[in-house]
Formats: sequence, structure tokens, C-alpha cells
Amino acid sequence: MWKFIVRRLFITLPQVLLLSVLIFLMAQMMPGDALSGLIDPNIDPAAIEKQRETLGLNNPWYIQYTDWITGALQGDLGQSFRYKMPVTELVEQRLINTFWLSVATLIITYIIAIPLGITSGRYNDSWADQLITGYTYIGFATPLFIFALVMLWVFGYQLGWFPTSGSVAPGLTPGSFDYVLSKIQHLLLPAISMALITTVNTVQYLRSEIIDTKQKDFIITARAKGASESRVYNRHILRNSLLPIAAFFGFEITGLIGGTVFVENIFGYPGMGDLFIQSILLRDYSVVTTVVLLFGIASILGALISDIILSLVDPRIRIK
Amino acid sequence: MAFLKVEDLKVHFPIRGGLFNRKIGAIKAVDGVSFEIEQGKTYGLVGESGSGKTTTGRAIVGLNDITEGKVTYEGDELNKKGKAIDPRRDIQMIFQDPYSSLNPKKRVLDIIAEPLRNYEKLSRQEEKNRVHELLEQVGLSPESILKYPHEFSGGQRQRIGVARAIALKPKLIIADEPVSALDVSVQAQVLNFMQDIQKELNLTYLFISHDLGIVKHMCDEIGIMYKGRYVESGTKQDIFNNPQHIYTKRLVAAIPDIDPKKREEKKQFRQEVQTEYEQSYNDYFDNEGLAYGLQSVSDTHLVALPEKG
Amino acid sequence: MSKELLEIKNLKTSFRIKDDYYAAVDDVSLTLNKNEVLGIVGESGSGKSALAFSVMGLHTRAKIEGNINFKDENIANISPAKLNKLRGEDMAMIFQDPLTALNPLMPVGEQIAEAILLHKKDMSAKQRREKVVDLLNKVGIPRPEHTYDQFPHELSGGMRQRIIIATAIANQPELLIADEPTTALDVTIQAQILDLIRDLKEDMNAGIILITHDLGVVAEMADRVAVMYAGQIVEIADVETLFDNPKHPYTRSLLNSMPSEDESQDKLHVIQGIVPSLQNLPRKGCRFSARIPWIDESAHEENPELHEVAPGHFVRCTCHNHFYFPDESKEEQVNGVS
Repeated sequence: MWKFIVRRLFITLPQVLLLSVLIFLMAQMMPGDALSGLIDPNIDPAAIEKQRETLGLNNPWYIQYTDWITGALQGDLGQSFRYKMPVTELVEQRLINTFWLSVATLIITYIIAIPLGITSGRYNDSWADQLITGYTYIGFATPLFIFALVMLWVFGYQLGWFPTSGSVAPGLTPGSFDYVLSKIQHLLLPAISMALITTVNTVQYLRSEIIDTKQKDFIITARAKGASESRVYNRHILRNSLLPIAAFFGFEITGLIGGTVFVENIFGYPGMGDLFIQSILLRDYSVVTTVVLLFGIASILGALISDIILSLVDPRIRIK
Repeated sequence: MAFLKVEDLKVHFPIRGGLFNRKIGAIKAVDGVSFEIEQGKTYGLVGESGSGKTTTGRAIVGLNDITEGKVTYEGDELNKKGKAIDPRRDIQMIFQDPYSSLNPKKRVLDIIAEPLRNYEKLSRQEEKNRVHELLEQVGLSPESILKYPHEFSGGQRQRIGVARAIALKPKLIIADEPVSALDVSVQAQVLNFMQDIQKELNLTYLFISHDLGIVKHMCDEIGIMYKGRYVESGTKQDIFNNPQHIYTKRLVAAIPDIDPKKREEKKQFRQEVQTEYEQSYNDYFDNEGLAYGLQSVSDTHLVALPEKG
Repeated sequence: MSKELLEIKNLKTSFRIKDDYYAAVDDVSLTLNKNEVLGIVGESGSGKSALAFSVMGLHTRAKIEGNINFKDENIANISPAKLNKLRGEDMAMIFQDPLTALNPLMPVGEQIAEAILLHKKDMSAKQRREKVVDLLNKVGIPRPEHTYDQFPHELSGGMRQRIIIATAIANQPELLIADEPTTALDVTIQAQILDLIRDLKEDMNAGIILITHDLGVVAEMADRVAVMYAGQIVEIADVETLFDNPKHPYTRSLLNSMPSEDESQDKLHVIQGIVPSLQNLPRKGCRFSARIPWIDESAHEENPELHEVAPGHFVRCTCHNHFYFPDESKEEQVNGVS
């Protein structure tokens, strides 16, 4: 199994490398460069050209890439011209916000998906199943950004249960209990909104896994041994159906990235998704590149996590 | 010149492993198999799961790559590329499972016409006529052409499989466990039918099966495989009345007897063979548990015995 | 009660297709004695597996009518709790495909242990493991301690079937139902498994119902044989009578369609037509009549019943008195001339 994980890691490295090259090249193809927005247009073009030369902007792309990636590895991702601060610093706080939002979303996703999926799969074709499947169809059909807007309007503005923007109330000392509470309060509504929509995949997946496992021969064997229905469910059906769900976990992370882009914007939540849209609108290229790079890495890591989980829980892969 | 000649056929599958998934060994699915089939005869290839009998068949039709060795069909070597005439159209295959070997989304017309479309350029009407003829030959009604596989019973599906196989008027058919997924009465139907079209079209069969009863009924000559190698080959009489290799003896002894009165006798016989098998295992197999090379004990009968001396 | 272990009386098992119920097992009655092997033979669609599942109470959506008397109780339609007490303890089952019948994510030892855990609650985990190792030994698994922690995919087909058997005999059941126990196995493995089942039977003094399509397996194993066609028993007799003196046209046709020992016969007998599907089963008259159309209609009974033609030998319908094979009659004529 360790061989498998190590081998899997070996594949991940070139993936990340290739990703960074692609992102860098795409950034290069975008019009303008680090200087075009920064400099007063009245300055002599020859001086700008000189500046370009000293900054290495006229070097061939692979030299520029090497410079960029060396910097990135040392934590230097360039300057954001919009915020006038290093990208690393800018991203740091947002990354933490998005991380907590994602964690909350994942937890809520599973809190919803597991009981619904189990009920739906175990009592398939009952009225409860039909209700749940109905919900999943609505979930599939509803665009997240519209749903999030409705949630914000109802629970944020109409009912006033949740704050309508930001990630924490101003004026609280970081680390204090109130601060943490306020943080949670701020991320709850976006997290719930996102979870309610993204969870339908997992509900459907779990439902069909359970229905599938229910019809397996070894379930008959278990019954023939005298196992009660509840034991058959808990020991045989559930255990075997949750396994692919666990493996699906990594891919959920990938799915979340798309979600955060919408949700953070709508809820004015200062995270990576929000930053991504902002920086595109403002042509803050060094920030865009960084965000895309981080999203890409998150996706690759998600796939990696999935594979590792699967290799840990499935004996058919574990023993080799 | 033999009709089909297989010489020292080897089919190895790489085992990959280690950190970089390099080839670290090989599964020797078929490890030096040689035999000849005469035209119009039925040659039985017998073995248990994992013996390499199916892989041998698939290698001859070109579904598995040949690692080493030669397959000659009417004097032409088969695994050579760039031939003017493709002898493979003369060789067709019937598969084991009539439920999964037919594409469920295709109509019978398309299933049977597929090889025709690959090799012959026929007009729509000619094609339809040919399919009608073929269906008649396998005993299905002409209306069948617009139906889908699921509308047929197992035996009928296997007939569709046969119709597809004989569409190009092949001379050699490789039948891989053609009846083992079928009920006894349907089995009889398909076997009879295979014998009928054999006479009608002068077909040659390579009949792959694990069921010795059926092999005995169908085949003229038989080869017994174990772990990719031949342990014994000979005529039906050689194998069933005078088995020489301990593995063949064990296989023959394992066939259930239809006569309940011989039950005790049979059980005792089986135990004797089992004891002999255990005692003489090392005489018949090498250190890796593989069979030795074949040596002839009569004109027709070859047995894998260790070289004495 | 004498040595009768199981008595099935007028059992009817029906499945719902669309809005109607169709009987897959239609009015089946039979008995099984202690220390007896009853073979049930039939082709796919004959209802033999549905019968076994009915006895074990394993049908989840079927209507079951009639009586299944086991241990002084009618167990047809009893409560799940009562059923679970019987299953695995007093009656157990061996399945056809040993790969799919085992949970792929559970060590095989634990799967056997589960059968013990469910019925012997006072046993400690350590005792249980010892018991399982004993069982593994008994079914001929070479390194039981090691095998205990292995997963199904690590074992060969024959070994997996031994695991299934070990699970079935874990609590020394009185009734063992084996549903095509060797169909998925190689011939040499089949012989070993059949020998094992035979040895265990003598050991346990249990009654065994052996369900198979393979007449050879029945000839090797059974004491009595019931032949099923289209949901009904068409013939039942002790094994020697059935093979020496088969009566029902279906039994005779089946035996004739097998490649036989002597090679004189060139052509195998083919039963005309196909096994009707559940929805198309003839519900009136002789169910086999459509497949022997050359036999005159008057030869059949209107409501075919089982007739005792000799002590313990029952045959359904009267058509067997008039039955001949179409090619046979010609041969007889030829023989008569010469």
C-alpha cells in the first residue's frame, strides 16, 4: 500500500509542475504586463523599456518562468498592483477564510447527505425516498448563485438571522471567544447555502450505492446466517456503501472551488473566490495567477486524497 | 501440410510493479504450446480456469498478442503483419456468454452484418439477403433481423453468435466454451447444430471447454492444458481410455458418473487417483509446478513426462 | 415425529409482476428426512431456487402460501425475529457463486465468526476465533490461522466455497440447503467440494437439499431426486429408480440430452421449444405438453397430478404412459424388420 501512495505522490509532482507552466503561459498571453498598469503613461517609453529590461520582462518565457517559480517556492508571488501589497500576504488571510468556509460546507454536506442518502437508499420507492429524490432533482436544477441570492435575501435581509457580508464583525480582538463566534456566524449562511445545493450529488451517490449493495449476493448470505435487518444494514450494506463515498471526498473539494467563487461574491465573504473575481475585473494579473495556481493545486490534492482514502479503506487495493 | 499449425506458442502478460510500474515479471498464460488440426475435424482444448486454453484461442484469432511462436494457417503465418490477403477472415470465434457477447443496443441485422461490412462491400439489399440466408442456416426466423438480443433465449442468442461467426464463410471456428452458460437441453441444441453446420460447410473447430463430457462427445482429438502448458494430447480414445499423465487421470476421474450405482466405486477410484496424484506430483511436474515437455507414447498420443536419465 | 425433518405442503411462491402475482413455485409438496440428501433438478426457470429461498425465508417480495413444517412449526411467513433464530442455527445455505456470496470488505474469518456470534452470544471473541479456526480446518483449508484474516479476493474459487461451507455448518444445522454449490467451480474442485459435503453430512446427521441443473452431480450425491419443471415437481423417486427407470417425458428428455458415456449416440436429444417465462407459464393442463407436441392431447390429464407408479416413485400426469421419442419409434420399426 505504501508503494501505491508513494507512486501516487510521484504522479502528483509533475501534475503540479505542468499546471504551473500552463498557468504561467496563460498569464503571459494576457495583454500587458506588470508595468503597463503601474506606470504613468507620460513617462518616456524608452525609460519603461529600460525598466522592463532590468525587471527581466524581456527574457524568454522559460527564464521568466524559472524566476517566477523560484520566487513562488520562497513565498514571493509578486505584488498586487490593486492592493499595493505582496500577493502572498493578500492571499494568506483569504486562504484561511476560504478554508474554514470549505470545512463548514463539507461538514454540513455530509450531515445532510448521509441520513438522507441512507433513508432514500434503504427505503427506496417509499414516499420518503420520493421526497428526497425530489429534493435532489431540485438541487440539480437550481443554479447555486440564484439559490444563494434567495438565501441571502430571506435569512440575511428579511429575517436578519445572519450577517449579510464580511467574514467577521469589526472591532473584535482576534482570538477572543466573541471573535470566533462572529466568524462562525458569518460563514454559516454561505456554507449552508452551498451545502444544500452541492450535497445532492452525494445523496444520489449514496442512495444508488446502497440500492446496489442491497442486491448483492453477500447480503443474502448475511440474512441466511440469521443476521437481523438492522445488522445487515449496519454491518454489511452501510459499510460497503460508505466506502465509495469516502473516496468521493477528495472530489468534493474540487467541486467546492467552483461553489466558493459564486457564494463568496454574493455574500461579500472575503475569501479566495471573491478575490478571484475581483482580481479578474481589475486585471490584477499576479493575483489571478496565484489564485488559479492555488485552485489547481487544491484540485490535484483532492484527487490525491481520494485515491489515498480509497487505498486505505478498500482491502482489494490495500493488499497488493 | 496441416490446416492449422501452432508451434511453440507463448503468450506472456507483463506483471508491473515497484515504484515506477516497470515490468518486473510475466504471467506465462500460454507457455510453449504446439498442436495441429486437420481440416474438417474438431480439436478439443481442455483445461481448468487459468490453464491458458482461452488465451490460446484468442491468440490464434488475434485477440491476444503472441509473445513468441508461430501460428500457420494453410501454410501462411498468422501473426505477420502487412499481408495481401487477411487469413483472419477465414477464422472466426464463438464466445462463451451469449448474454454479454452480443451488443444489446444493436439489432440482429447489424450484429450479423458487422463482419460483412468489415470485409465485403455489399449493397443494402445484398447484405439483407445474406443475413436472411444466415438466419435460415442457424434456424431463426427471417423476422428476427429487426429484433434486439434481449428478445431471444440463451440458445437462440448463441445461434445469433454462430450466424455472425459463419457470415464470412470461415473455414475455422474457435469456440470458447460455447455452451457452458446454457441449460442442458439448450446445450444439446447448440451442440447438435454445431455438428450440422460443420458437415454442411466443412468447418474445422477448435473447441475450448472445461467440460470433459461435452469434449468427449464433440471432439476427435484433444489437448489437455495445465498452467499454460500441454500435459497430454491424443485422440479421444487415448485421453479417455488410456490417460497417462496424472493430471489427466485426475481430470477424467472427477467427471461425475451418471449412474448412481457406481457411486462408491467411483469415489474409491477418485481417492486412489488423488493419492497417486499427491504421491507422484513431483515426478510429473518440475520445481515450479509446471509440466515437462511432451514425449510420444504412440503415433497419436503425447504425454508430458520428465526426460529420463 | 419419526425421522422427518422438513415437510413442505402445497407450497406456492408467487412474485408480483406489474399488477398480478405469478407463481414460480406452484403447489409443491415434499419431505426431507434426517441424514438424507434430496436432489432437486431442473433448468433455469424451473423454480428450484425459488423453492430453496422460500424455505430459508429469503424472498423479500414474494407471496408465500402453504406450509413449510420444520421443527414442529410452520415456518412459512413467521416473524423475522423467529426466522433469524432458525437461520444460521438450525438451517443454513450454501450458495452458487462463492465470490459474490462473500462480503469483499470483510476478512473471511470474521464472516464465519458472524454466524457464530449471532447464535452463541455467550461465546468470547477468543473462543469464537478458535471455533472458526477449527471449522476452517474441517473444511480443508491448509493454513487456517493465516486464512482467517484474508479477504475473499485473496482466495481461489474452491477455497472461497469452503469458506461458505464453513459458514453454513458453523452451528451444526439440521437442514442444509445447497444451491448449485459447484456450478461455478472447476471439475476437480467440484469433486473435492462434493466429497466434503458428503463427509460433513455423515458427521452432522443433517438433511441436505441439493439444488442443481447437473444430473451428474445428483447421481453422485442424492438419495432421492425431485425433478422440477415450470414450478412443479414432475417426478420424484429414489436416485437409482430415477436414473434406471425414469418415467416423466421431461426427465427422460433431460437424460437423453446429455452426452452419454458410450459414444454410440451421434446426436443429442433436443427438447423442442423453450422454457416458458414466469408470465407465460401454462397454468392449465400438462405444463410439458407444449414441448412434446407429437404426443396426442388425449394422453394428458386435464389437471395433472402426481401418481404413485411404484412405492415412493411419483410421476405427474398420465402422458408418461404414452410417451416415446420421435426418432425412437422409427428405430424400433427398423429393429422390428431386421
